[in-house]
Amino acid sequence: MQTIFFKNKPRMIATGSIAGPKECEGVVGKYVDKTLLDDMFGESTYEKAECKMLTYAISKTIENAGMDEKQVDMLISGDLLNQIISASFAARDFDFPFLGVYGACSTLAESYALAATLVDGGYAKKVVAATGSHFSSAERQYRYPLELGNTRPPQAQWTVTGAGGAFIADMGSVNDGQNYPAITCATIGKVVDFGVTDVNNMGAAMAPAAADTILNHLRDTGRKADYYDLIITGDLGALGSRILKDLTWEKGVEIRENHVDCGEIVYNVIEDEFQGGSGAGCSAVVFNSYIYDKLRKRELNKVLLCATGALLSTVSSGQGESIPCICHAVAIENS
Amino acid sequence: MTGKNRDNYNKNYIAYVNSFNPPTQHFKNCFRAFIVGGGICCIGQFLRGIFESAFGLYGDELAAAVSIGLIFLGTLLTGLGVYDRIGRYAGAGSIVPITGFANSVASPAIEFKTEGLVYGLAAKMFIVAGPIIVYGVLAGTIVGMIYLLL
Repeated sequence: MQTIFFKNKPRMIATGSIAGPKECEGVVGKYVDKTLLDDMFGESTYEKAECKMLTYAISKTIENAGMDEKQVDMLISGDLLNQIISASFAARDFDFPFLGVYGACSTLAESYALAATLVDGGYAKKVVAATGSHFSSAERQYRYPLELGNTRPPQAQWTVTGAGGAFIADMGSVNDGQNYPAITCATIGKVVDFGVTDVNNMGAAMAPAAADTILNHLRDTGRKADYYDLIITGDLGALGSRILKDLTWEKGVEIRENHVDCGEIVYNVIEDEFQGGSGAGCSAVVFNSYIYDKLRKRELNKVLLCATGALLSTVSSGQGESIPCICHAVAIENS
Repeated sequence: MTGKNRDNYNKNYIAYVNSFNPPTQHFKNCFRAFIVGGGICCIGQFLRGIFESAFGLYGDELAAAVSIGLIFLGTLLTGLGVYDRIGRYAGAGSIVPITGFANSVASPAIEFKTEGLVYGLAAKMFIVAGPIIVYGVLAGTIVGMIYLLL
């Protein structure tokens, strides 16, 4: 059994998000709280800009929830940079306890699962879970300098510049009569590695992990795939999504009708991005703006968020290791 | 899907994933590389003509002056954020000429300036060009030895 059921149904009472100029040309543009005109966000380095975006997403989430910083019991956050500096440095600005987590691009779902667990168990009443990423800082860490004139392979994805967070609270502590979406269960993923070594083909590396978690989630909950209005994966991209559909179909589960990938939809025009967006910020931006808005308006009622992450480092890929991947699923439902 | 059966599944899966790989467009890539690479060489030849007629340079001095001119242009275009765009279009066409080498030194220098002038800019300057220098010198030595023996 990989799935945790939350009996007390922790509520997701608000979200906050921010995204870069390229991201806001796409579908999320109308829904994010702030659009950056300049991806430096007025800072001197890309790392500082990423940290500032995350800080913004956290404070905006608290503000949108109509809460005060003093009321927050815990912050759960992570990002892609070495030693999760963006999250830790963002937490430095706040006066509440902080849990740093790392799950590569699956960090959002991991944070939600942990936040819901804390709230459901009664250990915390109000938890903020947020993640973010920045194209330029990720490119610098994982790939080549930005100005280097190399070509991008067609399987490549583009790290999303953006951050987003959600305010997860115990229903009793909110009590304003509104019916917020609840986190009903979470499936913690296993690390799956099918032996893909191509660091430019993250979609293919992560798709088996996504398939594994989705299949286990459906098995544990006894639900059919069509129970969900939307099964949303994090950043498989166009190719990875196709592989995911094939892999689940092979096991007799049809998700063609209701599957969407954040990476595939985040960019308006796919040029340099090829397969679409990636990064911890990808699901954070898309879910916390566009999808959450649809949930609140009840255009969507049952959503399974499956954020996928590739757990590699430049050292492991340099040593010829394949790419272990993970996917965590969180079910968010209107009641 | 995980654990012991992984090895068998891997091969099938990798073959399956590779079946999605779009075919490399050799003709298009070669054509672009030829046009841009050839263009850079033409600029070099143009510089050569200028240095020869206007400054009266010849021989090794002329060759060095042309190289310096191209390195300057490559670095300038890197700094202006143009060279990576040319590179994305041209592929090997803009990597192989000396301007590509200038780009590979200048781009990490710009990138890592934020970590300081010594441990950032200077130390990281050769992360891309370093291997080219090492294996370039090694290959040169081997070829030189063969030449000596022949």
